[in-house]
Amino acid sequence: MSDENIRVLVGKIGLDGHDRGGLIIAQALKNAGMEVIYTGLKNTSEGVVEIAIQEDVDIIGISILSGAHLVLMPILIDELKKNNADDIPVIVGGVIPPGDIPKLKAMNVREVFPAGSLVEETVACIRRLVKEGRKKTIAS
Amino acid sequence: MYDGDMLDEIRKRQEEWERKIQDEQGNVKERKEAFTTLGEIPVKRLYTPLDLVDRDIDYLRDISFPGEYPFTRGIHPTMYRGRLWTIRQFMGFGDPRKSNERLKYLMNSGAPGLNVAFDLPTINGVGSDHPLARGEVGRDGVPVNSLEDMEQLFDGIPLGKVSTSLVIAYPPIPCMYIAVAEKQGFRPDQLRGTFQNDSICRDVGANVRVVPRRAELKLCVDVVEYANKHMPLWYPISIVGYQIREKGCTAAQEVAFNLSDGIEFVRAFIERGMDVDSFGPRLSFMWNAHNDFFEEIAKYRAARRIWARIMKEKFKARNPMSMQIRFHTQTSGVSLTAQQPLNNVVRVAVQGLAAVLGGTQSLHTNSMDEAMALPTEDSVKMAVRTQQILAHESGVTNTVDPMAGSYYVESLTKDLEDEAMAYMDKIAEIGGAIEAVETGYIQKEVTKAAYAYQNKVEKKQEIIVGVNDYMDDRDPNINLLEIDEEFERYMCAKIEELKDRRNRSDVEVSLDKLREAAFRDENLMEPTMEAVNSYATLREVWDVYKERYGSFNEKAHITGL
Repeated sequence: MSDENIRVLVGKIGLDGHDRGGLIIAQALKNAGMEVIYTGLKNTSEGVVEIAIQEDVDIIGISILSGAHLVLMPILIDELKKNNADDIPVIVGGVIPPGDIPKLKAMNVREVFPAGSLVEETVACIRRLVKEGRKKTIAS
Repeated sequence: MYDGDMLDEIRKRQEEWERKIQDEQGNVKERKEAFTTLGEIPVKRLYTPLDLVDRDIDYLRDISFPGEYPFTRGIHPTMYRGRLWTIRQFMGFGDPRKSNERLKYLMNSGAPGLNVAFDLPTINGVGSDHPLARGEVGRDGVPVNSLEDMEQLFDGIPLGKVSTSLVIAYPPIPCMYIAVAEKQGFRPDQLRGTFQNDSICRDVGANVRVVPRRAELKLCVDVVEYANKHMPLWYPISIVGYQIREKGCTAAQEVAFNLSDGIEFVRAFIERGMDVDSFGPRLSFMWNAHNDFFEEIAKYRAARRIWARIMKEKFKARNPMSMQIRFHTQTSGVSLTAQQPLNNVVRVAVQGLAAVLGGTQSLHTNSMDEAMALPTEDSVKMAVRTQQILAHESGVTNTVDPMAGSYYVESLTKDLEDEAMAYMDKIAEIGGAIEAVETGYIQKEVTKAAYAYQNKVEKKQEIIVGVNDYMDDRDPNINLLEIDEEFERYMCAKIEELKDRRNRSDVEVSLDKLREAAFRDENLMEPTMEAVNSYATLREVWDVYKERYGSFNEKAHITGL
């Protein structure tokens, strides 16, 4: 399976204006040959889910540096469920205190990349999660 | 500075020195192939008087004396011997009353400069009860939805007796501050402080865009025009390079992009009819204090020299105070690590020292836990003590501009100046800072630099202690500041309750007057002042602005991706 088939949504939710991390990830994914849909800023959680569904993405990556992750991620996960799109894996990166990581994973966020995470870890994780997801689809 | 014979002698001896340390192949064994600053400026093994001569550095013309053009050595003759920099810690979170307590805590800890951060819903003009405000209320700053919140924020703090920096742009929040001061019995002309009020830095550096760019510029000029007439002790703008540096640009780019930003504003103020020597002395600036110690020191010195020349030669300022960069510095947030947070205390001390050796007028030092959350009382106290130790124990304040004359620092100052000027020429060619942002030039440069840096980190060409080297498995077990989610509901309810209590017709009349003034393209400070005094909410005021100017179209913004 080549990276060229992978469609990744890199999303920003809420009023958070910090996009350095999200843009770097987006660039790295593009350089790896993946299709990247960058949502830009100032989206609601519902808005991001809409884009994800419209663009038929394989995985949703959210970048949050405002500290609002525990409020905004449940809304996004819920919105995916409501739209029968909760098979799309979701990962989050940003300013996330270590204590919040288990809380995010408990709400079905597959992986969390706090400050200091390396880009290559994120890229590798995306490949892995998309591959797993596709295996499941074939099996079912 | 040196005569020809002596220079020849130095050159000869240096060549001998080089030969002695080379091996048979003519190589010298060092840790790296090439050494550069963080901003990729090549750094030599050794700097000597020859490097100053090569760069044509003339003491009287280029370095001069502190307090004298071109101010390379600082803007005051006695600098810290006369008066230490102001400790001005950025703060703001949660309930305005909690922020009020933190302001008083800082003042009692020996940090007298007030410096207020507003939360994202406030900065973006939407208020706590807007759908986009979900999860954000009070998280990155203090929410201010109306004059009532501003009153609580400064309760018991006599505004005529303090110096306050409000990190916000455009009329609404400044009007609320002035209104609170007036209720306390202080006139605008008695107030000391700063409004950040830099729409360009907020746009390209912080991605805050509420109305279209030229409208945002107009609103900034409104604030400055008002202060020009009524607030002689106030700095109505802080031309900020901090944000864009956090986005990933280099030190030279920080200087270039920020001073180009400054040029755009100076032009706009002149266009509005203000005289350069009337607003010139009231311009202030803000810089980042990042990791590369000497590059940062050189940056502050180069920036002063460049700006002095621009104000004198391009804008024909006559008052020396119009040519000075008086600045606040904040140590770099992005350089802090979540891993091994105690390491951040050291990083901040080094960065703070660079700012002091660079001649800053005020300083914010980050707290060690800020890679993860807003600081606790304990960690912010550590940050304040860091500055006090620098001020009172390090001895660096005993003389003015101690780094002057260092062959390395003067060479690096010139190298940075040259690189910054090249970028500034490019931006001028494009048509100025706003045009450079509209066309995406600045965003592309910044994203390129940020990506290149991340690559170096991942390849371990840049070491970040605790992150890609010297790592440990320990989870940082430190107490973090938490923002209570109940609080968001409380702030929304507060808005509703205010709307019930206030005189609705007063609000409507004031908003109508504001609307008329907006459509007549008048200065919106006084009509906004009337609106906030009638307890119009922040969103109500911004909605009127948006009626006139429209909302910024976020999808049209060029990201640099």
